[in-house]
Amino acid sequence: MSHTQDHDFHVPKPSIWPPVSCLGAGLMAFAFVMMVATKSADMPWGALYAQITMVVGLLTLVLGAGKWWCMLIKESRERGYDKVPKVLDLANRYGMVFFIASEVMFFAAFFIAYFYASTFNIVWPPSNIEVLSIELPVINTLLLLSSGATISWAHHALIKGDRKTLVRYTLLTAVLGFIFLGLQMLEYSHAAFAFDSGIYGSAFYLLTGFHGFHVFVGSVMLLVLYKRLKKGDFSQKHHFYFEGAAWYWHFVDVVWIGLFLFVYAL
Amino acid sequence: MATETAKKGFLHYLTTVDHKEIGKMYLISALIFFFIGGAMAWMIRLELFEPGQQLISPDVFNQMTAMHATFMIFFAIIPGLVGFGNYFVPIMVGSPDMAFPRLNNWSFWVMPFAGALMLGSLFVEGGSNAAGWTIYPPLTDKLYSPGVGVDMWILGVHLAGASSILGAINFIVTILNMRAPGMSLFKMPLFVWSWLVTAWLMLIATPVLAGAITMLLTDRNFGTSFFNMAGGGDPVLFQHIFWFYSHPAVYIMILPAFGMISEIIPTFSRKKLFGYSAMVYSMATIAALGLIVWAHHMYTVGMDLVAQTIFMSMTMLIAVPTGVKVFSWMATMWGGRLEFTVAMKYAIGFIALFTLGGLSGVMLAAVPVDYMVHDTYFVVAHIHYVFVAGSFMGLMAGLYYWFPKMSGRKLCEKLGNWHFWLTFVTLNLTFFPMHFLGLMGMPRRIADYNPIWTDMNQIATIGAIGFGLVQLLMVYNVIRASKKGAVAGDNPWEGDTLEWTISSPPTAHNFEKLPVVK
Repeated sequence: MSHTQDHDFHVPKPSIWPPVSCLGAGLMAFAFVMMVATKSADMPWGALYAQITMVVGLLTLVLGAGKWWCMLIKESRERGYDKVPKVLDLANRYGMVFFIASEVMFFAAFFIAYFYASTFNIVWPPSNIEVLSIELPVINTLLLLSSGATISWAHHALIKGDRKTLVRYTLLTAVLGFIFLGLQMLEYSHAAFAFDSGIYGSAFYLLTGFHGFHVFVGSVMLLVLYKRLKKGDFSQKHHFYFEGAAWYWHFVDVVWIGLFLFVYAL
Repeated sequence: MATETAKKGFLHYLTTVDHKEIGKMYLISALIFFFIGGAMAWMIRLELFEPGQQLISPDVFNQMTAMHATFMIFFAIIPGLVGFGNYFVPIMVGSPDMAFPRLNNWSFWVMPFAGALMLGSLFVEGGSNAAGWTIYPPLTDKLYSPGVGVDMWILGVHLAGASSILGAINFIVTILNMRAPGMSLFKMPLFVWSWLVTAWLMLIATPVLAGAITMLLTDRNFGTSFFNMAGGGDPVLFQHIFWFYSHPAVYIMILPAFGMISEIIPTFSRKKLFGYSAMVYSMATIAALGLIVWAHHMYTVGMDLVAQTIFMSMTMLIAVPTGVKVFSWMATMWGGRLEFTVAMKYAIGFIALFTLGGLSGVMLAAVPVDYMVHDTYFVVAHIHYVFVAGSFMGLMAGLYYWFPKMSGRKLCEKLGNWHFWLTFVTLNLTFFPMHFLGLMGMPRRIADYNPIWTDMNQIATIGAIGFGLVQLLMVYNVIRASKKGAVAGDNPWEGDTLEWTISSPPTAHNFEKLPVVK
């Protein structure tokens, strides 16, 4: 724009990366359909072709979203972390809060399915299900709760300007997340029931599986955060990305508490 | 500033982050899908012209009923409203663009993939979803729908849903955060309010639909038992979760139309809107109640009588805030200096006919009545008075009202008049007889019927063919006016919202200087 703008709104330049990530998502959807079609029709070549499409789609999605993400990081570096316009900061905050709200509603559908099924079936868990022992989930709960504490610790360090503690505790949070995922896989390998062994297995794996995927996404966000902290991003006052990742992490934590209470403990 | 947008090839539109261009792309794609969905409606109506089987097989007929609804809801009405919202909400709050312009681009460009999945599903082995747009299991289980058509449908809705959710976040943040100096919440035009409320509904309800169809997808492909009685699941659970989205979806499709009507009526009555804050609160009430009435779609499923009574009362309550709106529009016109432009005619037509749809809704909300007419043409008549007489006429009112702003040229009023009156007549010709068919007991979604229902079906079919043809007038009007229409000027209707203070069409980023609202 030729004249100086009299507002602080972010008006970015056109970008190819959003449509590239659309292409990735579209390819993955088509690949899924091809996989389903070739599975029942016994077409080995078709199945291979479907798998290739799935991988290409996933890579395209990661490329598009990743480049988009890099673009955002670059822009915030160019802007600097000393002075971030209030409207911009607010837009990011609102955006993240509403995104998490939509995720809450997504999980709500599965929790409601679980509650419905546990009321609908007179015997719950169903008599053919050997439920998992509580030890591993207890350890996992402790892990995630501590990770909630470590990320808060890191936040306090950031506000106080203690970069060393900040970096250390951010990394520790991500590591706790990955240990959680490892233990979750261990638990899956011990389970005496599968995704397709009736409603209990269906609800159990869908809930814990989607939660695990969110833990993975949150951990990746934390790793990116770690890299950015190492590069010296953020200031004591302005660190929206840190807060966004932390909010997401707390959300994942809260979902787990719900899971632990209703699926494992009660 | 004009040099910025000198080159406009495909790549330009692919990468654009300009809310006005994205809004226009939404509108054009909605128009295309409107005709695709319309072609399916023609096939349904032609098959039903006579009893017996003539044009298409019952299976294709079932696919047509399901896909007609799918295309109209997810690809024509919602994107059409999103198109106007995308174009005008930022301008009306005095902002240079949406809050997240690149996300806005994503929300649009994922839709072609969703559309391709939907269209493609018609051509795969076994055909598309033939169980109605409500995709109830067990009809959509692998057992009864073995082809990949239903999977494609689910993934298509997933992509469209992701577009909706992210679009909703964009709208909410734009409205909450990007208002010009002085534009407090209760100074916002009603159209902006309608989008704030609608976006909330989208944000809350759409992820739940995603959950429901994800469970259906795993039931179909990974052997889960969410909706399968043999494994301890229950198909009724699907209906509950599905309608938790799909009832609010009706409000998602009508509230922005309410918003447009609330802009048009005061402009052409040369009066301020009657009861501004009551209009805002009634919209919020409609949305809040809309989230807790879903089970009125399921009275006959064997629900508890107390639950039925509660859902009946809650549903009927919605008539109160809706009545507040209808009466406020009429009070706005009362004593005004009315100017009967085509946009105004559509707005008045909307009030008259949408009210019919609302009234038949109250009838359907009554449990005993619903037991008699459940799954009959009465329901079809009701929802078409809401969607066609409501959402569609609202969209047309918006088109005639805002086209001069978007293109700088006016649509031909004479052609528009023909379009309005012929639409009005053919619409009623098509859908009014369906009330009688429903009361006579004709079930919906059947390809063949008892000859006693022939007369009414023939009237409806003639109306539907006419309705479709009449819409070509609108397309012709738009194409002709965008080239040789009369130059509109900045404020052809003497409206007093912010979009009329800037040039037609608006320049990039809308405002040279942010407007200050007093």
